[in-house]
Amino acid sequence: MAIIDFVINSRVPMQALPPDWPGGFWWHWLFFTVVIIGFVLTMVMGFIYIERRGMGYMQSRLGPNRTGPFGLLQPVADALKVLLKENIVPTTADKLVHWLAPIVAFAPALMIFAVIPFQDKALLADLNIGILYIVAISSVSTVGVFMAGWGSSSKYSLLGAMRNVAAVVSYEIPLVLAVVGVVMIAGSMSLNQIVLAQNIPFILLQPLGCLLFFVAGCAEINRSPFDLMEADSEIVAGFHTEYSGMKFAMFYLVEYAEALAISAIITTLFLGGWRGPLLPPILWFVLKVVIVFFVMVWTRTTLPRVRIDQLMALAWKFLLPLALINLVITAIQVLIWPTALPWILVPVNFAIMVVLILIWSKFFKLGLGRIEV
Amino acid sequence: MALKTEPFVLNIGPVHPSTHGVFRMRATMDGEVVLDIEPVFGYLHRGIEKLAEQRTYGGFIPLTDRLDYIASMSNNFAYVTAVEKLAGIKVPERAEYLRVIMAELQRIAAFLIAVGAFLNDCGAFFTPFIYMFREREKIVDLFEMVSGQRLTYNYMRVGGVSQDIPDEFLPALRKFLDKMPGYIDEYDRLLMQNEILLARSKGIGILTREKAINCSISGPVLRASGVEWDIRKADPYSIYDRFEFDIPTGTVGDCYDRYRVRIAEMRQSLRILEQAVAQLPSGPIRSDVPHLVRPPVGEAYTHIEAPKGELGFYLVSDNSIAPYRCHIRPPSLINLTALREMVRGWKIADAIVIFGSIDITVGEIDR
Repeated sequence: MAIIDFVINSRVPMQALPPDWPGGFWWHWLFFTVVIIGFVLTMVMGFIYIERRGMGYMQSRLGPNRTGPFGLLQPVADALKVLLKENIVPTTADKLVHWLAPIVAFAPALMIFAVIPFQDKALLADLNIGILYIVAISSVSTVGVFMAGWGSSSKYSLLGAMRNVAAVVSYEIPLVLAVVGVVMIAGSMSLNQIVLAQNIPFILLQPLGCLLFFVAGCAEINRSPFDLMEADSEIVAGFHTEYSGMKFAMFYLVEYAEALAISAIITTLFLGGWRGPLLPPILWFVLKVVIVFFVMVWTRTTLPRVRIDQLMALAWKFLLPLALINLVITAIQVLIWPTALPWILVPVNFAIMVVLILIWSKFFKLGLGRIEV
Repeated sequence: MALKTEPFVLNIGPVHPSTHGVFRMRATMDGEVVLDIEPVFGYLHRGIEKLAEQRTYGGFIPLTDRLDYIASMSNNFAYVTAVEKLAGIKVPERAEYLRVIMAELQRIAAFLIAVGAFLNDCGAFFTPFIYMFREREKIVDLFEMVSGQRLTYNYMRVGGVSQDIPDEFLPALRKFLDKMPGYIDEYDRLLMQNEILLARSKGIGILTREKAINCSISGPVLRASGVEWDIRKADPYSIYDRFEFDIPTGTVGDCYDRYRVRIAEMRQSLRILEQAVAQLPSGPIRSDVPHLVRPPVGEAYTHIEAPKGELGFYLVSDNSIAPYRCHIRPPSLINLTALREMVRGWKIADAIVIFGSIDITVGEIDR
């Protein structure tokens, strides 16, 4: 801990919200609340289009192309359709829990964006514990998912929800450890400061950290190949099997809002956030977010799904040791170059990542998983 | 404090994304682990065997399409050979070749669905499935040329086939034969060495050689367990003794072997097709068979190597225009008997993969 304290204290001092924002705090709050809701909903629509259309092209079919130009209005048509659907609640369901679950799941996905900078200092709250806040908030939607699984009183839902809780509990740890490396280099937990510290994007200085964060993030938000909480071929639709109409639409929205959140966090932590030449910062931010999401779509179309015990094994036997090693290496590097890491570390860190992954994949076995009955 | 736990019953099916129709498994689960399953079927029962007794011999052919609707041509083939054996009808050369061409094309089409659905059950989200449907469409186009149908072909007749192939059939088939090996390579490049697929299918659901023989398993599932048994070689019917091909076998009998055996058999089918197209003679496509066949009193059993295994038709004749009794040996049903042994102790995700690797069609199980 002494190392972390040293690193954090020897860096840029924490910066709070600029007090001279026009109109004072409440205007700022209102403005960014509207911006965040608008941004999330628009981007989710875009993501649904990208996912359906991109998957269509990758699977050598067309994808939706009838509604509007190039099928651009397909998300709107989808939304209208689910709005008009009947809302079915199973008779044995726990009504209150069943009703609350989509809200509990959806709110945190929006709240994450409170600390994500769209451009320099353009964020709802520049918390000096920004990344800690994200880690804390993002686990809350698991509660919503488990409420959905429990409240539906369906065995498929319960199985899906239990898988989700197990996955999130395991994957939080490599996720956080991957972030600590970034925090050490940047010397701050505020996301705005982290972006400002990225003269070299952290994906180059922390390639292993970025990879671990991406994998753990995918597992946490149920993206393929870790989508076994809603594994279509096994447990129908997982925790939202018993949902229909608008409540199902909320879960659908959560899925994409969380994907957007993880893409935005990866963009901010590893890809230099809003920074980039020529284009305006907000465009750079959106562009990077879309690129990260595209990689998620790509893995979804390509990879088969892992099994629950393999998912756990991957977290504890593969990601966790690698994250710890990455942490130690980063700490040593930060101790040697306390002000800024030099470019020479970029090829070095990439080489370390390749060697580590190759060594680990030799020892790492997923196991067979049969139980004698 | 020890938690008090108890197993629960999970109904998988009859309406479930990966039960391949309306099959139902009553699974007793301990959390994620399947302790036991009880297959329940009969949701698609149409009484086809009984209906045969009210049809003429020729009139029953369209109903055989509805057995294993993924491989209609093979069903036609098995049935007409049974009637021909019963009535002692000889089939012209050209018709035999056309039948073999159709049966092998059908085998490729059925394996494309089997492998695609298996990979989909493994969680590869529809990409391999749709890739394989792309090529299956070309086969279905060929079938449409000869029969006008895309699912239930009703192409073969007692004593031959219903009509000769049109002129554009052979060029289109040639094109397909040239392209298909490349497509099979593409499927292999996509997932064969994928780490997750290996973890999900290697060593999963092992069916030992002895158990496979005891359960009377046939087809790719048996060959994946290491038994070199293919009716095309073991008891050659039609003109299969004229073609050169190998019987691909697996070594372990796990899901991965079953997947590999099917891919390898597609290549062997292409080999047979190449030879059949090269040797295709001209001549009549149907022998002189009366519209209403009246076989002499007696019984006949024929079996062919359908895509899913040994498909047998047992016909009893009482010298009338309709069979006295028709019994069908569906490979899907017999192969399913090993399922319970294979899935016990595996997780539910594995159970789905094992079930998918057996490759059943419910239309054939329930008849």
